[in-house]
Amino acid sequence: MLEVELCDIKMKNPTMLAAGVLGSTAASLNWAARSGAGAVVTKSFGLHPNKGYVNPTTVEVTGGIINAIGLSNPGVDTFYGELEKIEKTTPTIASIYGASAEEFSQIAAKVENLVDIIELNVSCPHAQKGCGASIGADPKLTGEIVKAVKNAVEIPVIAKLTPNVTDIVEIALSAEKAGCNGLTLINSLGPGIKIDLDTANPILSNKFGGLSGPAIKPVALRCVFDVYDAVEIPVVGVGGISDYRDAIEFIFAGARCVQIGTSITYKGLDIFKEITDGMKKFMYNRGYESIDEMVGIAHK
Amino acid sequence: MHAPKVVEIKRIIEETDTIKTFIFNWDGEPAKPGQFMMLWNFHDEKPMSISLIDPIKEEIGISIKNIGPFTEAIHSLQVGDKLGLRGPYGRGFEITGSKILAVGGGVGMAPISAFVNEARDRGVDVDVISAATTKNELLFMDELRAADVKTYACTDDGSFGFCGFATEFMEEIIKEKDYDMVVTCGPEIMMKGVFEIVDKLKIPAQFSMERYMKCGIGICGQCCVDDTGWRICAEGPVFWTDEVRLITEFGKYKRDASGIKHDI
Repeated sequence: MLEVELCDIKMKNPTMLAAGVLGSTAASLNWAARSGAGAVVTKSFGLHPNKGYVNPTTVEVTGGIINAIGLSNPGVDTFYGELEKIEKTTPTIASIYGASAEEFSQIAAKVENLVDIIELNVSCPHAQKGCGASIGADPKLTGEIVKAVKNAVEIPVIAKLTPNVTDIVEIALSAEKAGCNGLTLINSLGPGIKIDLDTANPILSNKFGGLSGPAIKPVALRCVFDVYDAVEIPVVGVGGISDYRDAIEFIFAGARCVQIGTSITYKGLDIFKEITDGMKKFMYNRGYESIDEMVGIAHK
Repeated sequence: MHAPKVVEIKRIIEETDTIKTFIFNWDGEPAKPGQFMMLWNFHDEKPMSISLIDPIKEEIGISIKNIGPFTEAIHSLQVGDKLGLRGPYGRGFEITGSKILAVGGGVGMAPISAFVNEARDRGVDVDVISAATTKNELLFMDELRAADVKTYACTDDGSFGFCGFATEFMEEIIKEKDYDMVVTCGPEIMMKGVFEIVDKLKIPAQFSMERYMKCGIGICGQCCVDDTGWRICAEGPVFWTDEVRLITEFGKYKRDASGIKHDI
């Protein structure tokens, strides 16, 4: 009932562990898969080891969390060893970041034999200069990176886009034109800031960080809705999904799959079973037989 | 809300040459022995074990060993200075059984102290092995003895109590007494030794683990352990023997801020 295909990759259900949430080791990815995720996305990794920002890197605000972890990762060579230990029971998506088309291509080519899809992180709102959203805010640069990675690997490539742009559709079209096989919408919103009242200190060491969680859901949903209308390639929805109702809303808006991130803080990895059970019950009660017949039906 | 609450340092106790306990008023969520707090000095934030829990006076205490720039900065603070606290986080110790052996090594005695106090309040009989490199580094000896807790000291250099490791001493006394359960916190190499002893004798035990942490709330994945993927900050830091058995990296390696492995 919940089976779905994303870029010809079969998934047992449309839920995925979002990039940046756990996912920095094979063990945590395997655990998410065993918990019922239809696919898992690694934490973003780059060419070289990166410690990320000094703590505090995470703080809760009304409706979600702001974080500036700063893309901490052990670098592609060490992460390769983790990817080798992934149990191949569930599709694995490698989230990668870099500062240039050359860096992205090099990383993607190194790991393509171990994963099913490459997800390009061109959208992190707190990445070092030249990475993340500074790429994804530029349609031309986004297109160049997609093209370069497409030329470097055989497996499908999807781009994860930032909502922090004037027109996300323009970026999505540029990625599609460059050969992108799918789009993930959205990365965290902002950046935002939280200030301590007693000391007047910004709490995060990086001062600002990306907002995720229920507060960003309406924005994420609107991005999915807009982009679904404009592109032919599949859309993966992410942003504030915390129960099956949220997941269905994204599918109605046009998402083929959904990613779960921040809600794991509150519900743990059991959330995958909770959401998929809820979706099945919803579909059973409403007479839907497949995800495919629900995708995009809000566009009447 | 997972945001730091700024509190003043109410008292500072100089426990040893390298360890100080900082006491705060805490009217937030009550802590359980074995849980930790994220401590923010407005520049950096690190997880710290809770060593004192007083629900009546609404006080908590955090015992900190001066081992690096962060802890050195905390050690230089005075009564009245401010720090940010969020928590308590993680799964603490369960108090179960009627005769318990608690084994603490170095500053690992911090959560053990909170555990012993609560266990005694509940009328549970606890013996303690407190281990340190040398006499001056033994933590909470006076308090434990004043509270009539049977306390055995072990020092690496033999300057006080048993000369040798906590595990060597533990092997001797565990045969003489019939303990229902063991709790331990300290250097992982010590806890590995405790694991081997309790595993052989089939005594239930709980281990308080430590890994590099960023968020403390189970989202960043930095403290996930092989091969289970469990988050030390959420599923731990305290694990039972059968859980520790599944943590294949226990006693072998841990990861740093970037995720690179280092031998223990």
